[in-house]
Amino acid sequence: MATISGPASGGTEFSEGIDAGFSGDGQELPPGIGPWSLAWRRLRRNKVALFFGGVFLLVVVLCLLGPVYSHDIAHIGPDTENITGTIKVGGKTEDIVSLIGIPIGPTWTSHYLLGADLEGRDVAVRLLYGGRNSLEIGVVATLITMLFGTLAGLLAGYFRGITDGIISRILDVIWAYPAVLLGITLGTVLAIRGIGPLHGTTLMVPAIVIGFVYIPYVARPIRAQVLTLREREFIDAARQQGLGNFQIMWSEMLPNLASTIIVFVPLILANAILLEAALTFLGAGVQPPNASWGTMITEGIDNIPAAFHNVLVPGIMLVITVLSVNIFGDGLRDALDPRAKVRIGR
Amino acid sequence: MARFVVRRLLVMIVLLFVITVITFALFIVVLPSGNPAALIAGRLATPAEVHLISVRYGFDKPIYIQYLDTMKNIFTGQAYSYQSGFNVLSEIEAGMGATLSLALGAGIIWLLTSILVGTLAAVKAGRYTDRILTVLAMVGVSMPPFFLGAVLLYFVGYKANIIPLANYVPLTTNPVQWFIHLLAPWFTLSVLFIGFYSRVLRSTILDTINEDYVRTARAKGLSERQVLVRHILRNSLIPIISLWGLDLAQVIGGGAILTETVFNLHGVGQLARDSIGRLDTITLMAIVILTALAVVLLGAVVDVVHAYLDPRIRLDT
Repeated sequence: MATISGPASGGTEFSEGIDAGFSGDGQELPPGIGPWSLAWRRLRRNKVALFFGGVFLLVVVLCLLGPVYSHDIAHIGPDTENITGTIKVGGKTEDIVSLIGIPIGPTWTSHYLLGADLEGRDVAVRLLYGGRNSLEIGVVATLITMLFGTLAGLLAGYFRGITDGIISRILDVIWAYPAVLLGITLGTVLAIRGIGPLHGTTLMVPAIVIGFVYIPYVARPIRAQVLTLREREFIDAARQQGLGNFQIMWSEMLPNLASTIIVFVPLILANAILLEAALTFLGAGVQPPNASWGTMITEGIDNIPAAFHNVLVPGIMLVITVLSVNIFGDGLRDALDPRAKVRIGR
Repeated sequence: MARFVVRRLLVMIVLLFVITVITFALFIVVLPSGNPAALIAGRLATPAEVHLISVRYGFDKPIYIQYLDTMKNIFTGQAYSYQSGFNVLSEIEAGMGATLSLALGAGIIWLLTSILVGTLAAVKAGRYTDRILTVLAMVGVSMPPFFLGAVLLYFVGYKANIIPLANYVPLTTNPVQWFIHLLAPWFTLSVLFIGFYSRVLRSTILDTINEDYVRTARAKGLSERQVLVRHILRNSLIPIISLWGLDLAQVIGGGAILTETVFNLHGVGQLARDSIGRLDTITLMAIVILTALAVVLLGAVVDVVHAYLDPRIRLDT
């Protein structure tokens, strides 16, 4: 008896993908290998993507260890100001913030490793604490986008008719606003007003705004995919067996959408982290006294040219993080679904 | 075709109406900026004066009348900022010069560069040239414009003294200075789009290469170069041009807000940013509505042009 490989729907696409992406190696694939392990094989061979995935993990771990670094190595809190203090660098005693208000640059020692900011705070400690906030906003926003984007796309594509009409028009309206302008509008309004019990200055407000802005980018492709899926034979078969609409969506549709959904996660995460910084730079994102990479870059830019390391340090960290998510996501897409037209933007 | 155009126009009009209603609702109903009349009257005003202003600006009327009045004022150029007292439309007009210069210049740069980069990456797909271009494109899409702008201003402007430190010089005042002042902003804005567009073009070309008509073109003996330019590129560029139209509309409508702000160009985008700072709702509302209008209008135009160029789309809808 022949071994059946993976879900009937995924099988053909995946084997085509192999031909398209890896026509170079004539390696014979053993029979009976599922699409997920195929994807994992392909991802494992993509060393660049794996390397950058590792870089992102490293950033996450470092940021999570922020309190440990603050407490045991730098011995200074993220908000501890020290304008009048001095520090010994290479035997010389130097002001942390000089008399004319220029903060010290990177000392490359455990104290003020990456220098100080205008208030004499330790940039390295703030970088890790701010990173926690930036990543938290990015992750929460991504969860919101993926949850509601998938749900909207699934309902619109499955029920069609009026449901589709209403959902699609709502998505059109969100879509018609440029992402940054919609973010600013909602961010400004909600920062003052708050969302229900949430106070306007909490981190959750920018996270919800950013998550909301990207919903159409996920919902539209999912809807298109569901529209074609629902015409497939296995959906008919499920209906014949007496499965309800929501059972079909959950157990028949969702597994087939999984690769698209997974591919979108890094893409949305990267853009959410970027949008957080952008909104904060424009005054509609993270509100003081919270710190994020966005607030740090903004404070640094306001003080150009006095202490450019205040811009460079969080900026480089932000670019490294977003870049690693993007490159890993690109590799993930190649591995899961080489033909997918998944992209952010119009 | 005519039916397609009419349908698209109807959708557009409804969309525009909904957008204005939502924007108005967000700013006027949801945002409790206090009594706008009290805000205009100032701290020392008597209740009678506040009431007078309230009547004059129409704050005492029902909300739907206020909506209609506000829309009429915005579109006829009669809207005045409650904070600064300036005419909102002439404020936007004043910023349009800088914004248009930035948008069109950068638009040309990012379109041409990404066609070159995307084609090169697709032709060399899988080789080192492609890998390097891919990483560069990724760096481009991962770079926040305000960070790149700040780095350019500091190292190339302040340290090396090669580019001027921000601000905008109108084309009519001094074309040479206009050009020099816009070099860094153009570059900053383009980087983001080049990264994105070249990736899109690369994958579109790779898809097109497998089309039957490309095989036919090769089979009838055309040179590789002719196949690439006349058959592959010509068809792959359709989605790129559509995208370009939409993005340009966004940038003109204030979407280049980050680039404008970091280079202090005083364009429409920066006006939007300043309006947020002082909670100037009327100005911000006008910008958001006009941008959405530009995006929706150009979106419709692009759809129609797209459908004209590629008949397969008409069948989809």
